[in-house]
Amino acid sequence: MKNIDWRYVLRLGLIAGVVVAYVSAIGVLVTFNSRSIVAGVLTLGQLILYIAPLWAGYLVGKKVLADGGSYLESLLSGLGVGVLSMVPVLGLIILPHALLPNLRRIFVNISPDLITLLTFQQESLLSGSLLLVGLMTALGLVGSATHLIPTQVRRPLAIALLWVVLVGMFSELLIQILRPLNRTLVTTFFQGNALKSNIALALFAITAALNWIVTSQRETVKTQIKQLPSDYQKGLYIASLVLVFILFMLLPRVVGSFLSEVLVNVGLYILMGLGLNIAIGLAGLLDLGYVTNFAIGAYIMGVLTSTSSLGRGQLSFWVVIPICIVSAMITGFLLALPVLRMRGDYLAITTLGFGEIIRLLALSDWLRPLIGGAQGIVFIPKPAIFDFVFGTSSQLYYIVFFGCLLVLFVSVRLNNSRTGRQWMALREDEDAAKAMGIDTIQTKLLAFTLSAASGGLAGAIFASKLGTIFPNSFDLLVSINVLALIIVGGMGSIPGIMVGALVLIGLPELLREFAEYRLLAYGVLLIVMMLARPEGLIPSEIRQRELHDEEVISTVENPSA
Amino acid sequence: MALLEVNDVHTYYGNIHALKGISLTVEEGEVVCLIGGNGAGKTTTLRTICGLLRPRQGSVLFRGHDIIDFPPHTLISKGIAMVPEGRGVFAKLTVTENLELGAYYRQDKEGIKKDMENVFSLFPRLRERQKQLAGTMSGGEQQMLAMGRALMAQPRLLLLDEPSMGLAPVLVEAIFDIIQTINKDGVTILLVEQNAHMALQVGHRGYVLQTGEIVLSDTAKALQQNATVQKAYLGIE
Repeated sequence: MKNIDWRYVLRLGLIAGVVVAYVSAIGVLVTFNSRSIVAGVLTLGQLILYIAPLWAGYLVGKKVLADGGSYLESLLSGLGVGVLSMVPVLGLIILPHALLPNLRRIFVNISPDLITLLTFQQESLLSGSLLLVGLMTALGLVGSATHLIPTQVRRPLAIALLWVVLVGMFSELLIQILRPLNRTLVTTFFQGNALKSNIALALFAITAALNWIVTSQRETVKTQIKQLPSDYQKGLYIASLVLVFILFMLLPRVVGSFLSEVLVNVGLYILMGLGLNIAIGLAGLLDLGYVTNFAIGAYIMGVLTSTSSLGRGQLSFWVVIPICIVSAMITGFLLALPVLRMRGDYLAITTLGFGEIIRLLALSDWLRPLIGGAQGIVFIPKPAIFDFVFGTSSQLYYIVFFGCLLVLFVSVRLNNSRTGRQWMALREDEDAAKAMGIDTIQTKLLAFTLSAASGGLAGAIFASKLGTIFPNSFDLLVSINVLALIIVGGMGSIPGIMVGALVLIGLPELLREFAEYRLLAYGVLLIVMMLARPEGLIPSEIRQRELHDEEVISTVENPSA
Repeated sequence: MALLEVNDVHTYYGNIHALKGISLTVEEGEVVCLIGGNGAGKTTTLRTICGLLRPRQGSVLFRGHDIIDFPPHTLISKGIAMVPEGRGVFAKLTVTENLELGAYYRQDKEGIKKDMENVFSLFPRLRERQKQLAGTMSGGEQQMLAMGRALMAQPRLLLLDEPSMGLAPVLVEAIFDIIQTINKDGVTILLVEQNAHMALQVGHRGYVLQTGEIVLSDTAKALQQNATVQKAYLGIE
């Protein structure tokens, strides 16, 4: 018993319990309960309920083992966490029933629906509560018991579980994709909008096995590839790039119009993310007004192509695109001039102000004759090549895709260039950079200007995609979204930005129940990321080194290890 | 013509008159030290020379040209490199990356490679730690890195600000040995030091600074014998 840190157990158990009680009280559980993962077995709401004790059990078991405790002690602590984690939840069930019947007037989401969910549709509250207690305790135990399984087995199992949850969660989308292909396929795999339970089991087994094979074979395949002559390696590399390219080209045909729409939105944010990454990730300039560039691009596209009375010139999309990019760059340059001397927080606040100014200008009566004020600009035509109009999302997808490719190429080249190194030095230490002969003023201006370019591009595509633009589309949230996806994905990391955009922009679109809790989820995600993985999901090499100095030193000191 | 000539320079921090008419010369091939107590204006003099501070009056001539109007980042291509106080290495970059940045303004890849090799033979410790983050090295190693990085720019004049600050005595000796080696390789050095004892051992000439004014200037040997200097800076009664 002496190896169990009971205070840690108490803390973690109560935290898990409070989290569950909180998400219940604000209505997350009930909302998400309508999305079924495995038919008749698991809903998304239940999953959220189960994850807290499971995770707390896992953490506490890990800590006990790390402190030199036995497996028995670790299981015991898991049990403790499980029991503790249901105390606040139990309060949620009993309080309104027994003591405070008026509680529901304040917390409208503590509804009979919630109670039924928490007590597993049992007739009596008592037997339901007991069931909940038993289950939560068991989950705490299971969480701590995962340490009994060797890592090589645990990983594939965890990943397989994740796959089942993902596939189950997005069954509805998969059904939509599969239905036109083969109806019987749909009925064999899915029931309602969820996976059939036997299919879920099979999927779990298959993905676990696949993952096990892949991880065990990865190293040998890697060494085999390394042994190939360099020409072959190059060929293999190019072939895989071509394959990925073809896959992306085919994507909108396969996934249908709804997912294409989501992909277009994700793509627009990837464009902006890559742009802002130049300022923040590479040059270390915290720009919180990135929406400015997006708005400039959109409004120029609107004014120059619209067929309404506000439209001037009614030029073609393809002519205006470069104008949008250049205008955004000029704005970026001009806005950078006054903030050249600012660093860190001051820069952030000032750029934040610029973002708001742009929105207010767009709303203002002063510019109304030009850009329509609150009424915005309407009748912006879709892009077209001769007679072919990019009317639907699955067609617009290609424009976004090639835009992303272009910006991606530029970003990668910049990252590895002399300019990239200039930014790196600027980010690390402005004075030392000066002493190295780097013109910091010019470097900063270049970063802001280039960073603005792809924002302008994204704005231009956005305007012609929607066909109408309103000032409200250009609020602070756009800047925050772009910043958040960079942080979540990994600052300075290009693959990270793509993953970040998928997670932060794509997921909320797919989980429509999410919409109400979007900002909450953002906050939670950012806090969790900062605590658990501050370098982001796919960190850049440098960021990784910064945040994990200790490991680097130890490998340097003992090169053998 | 002297390599560096500072004529009657007055520098201010706001209203504070920090340098009250400093004049000094550094000849090609010399090691010149600037000694003095805290707040005497040693660092201010260096910062004025390399353009980080702008004097209200006076001139700074490098190889006969006034360099006061040049922004600091252009001086390195003219041949002036500075190792700032507290080293100023890029803590989160590796040793190699730091050295590469030192050669930032140069375009000759071959020459850079050769100079990196030179730096590594001058500082074998750095070769061992090529892949390590600069910020995780000891103070002495960081000082070596800062000096190596400055050398990557192939300077004619190297400005060193307090290279011995915060270092163990053994390391201080090592650093001063290296300063002499660098000088023998043809780099002129202007050295600012509180450790007057060490500075005067490696220096050819010295200036003594007190509250923004030069109060004494002589050969290093003569300064070592000078009674005032002995009393005030060398701790000899």
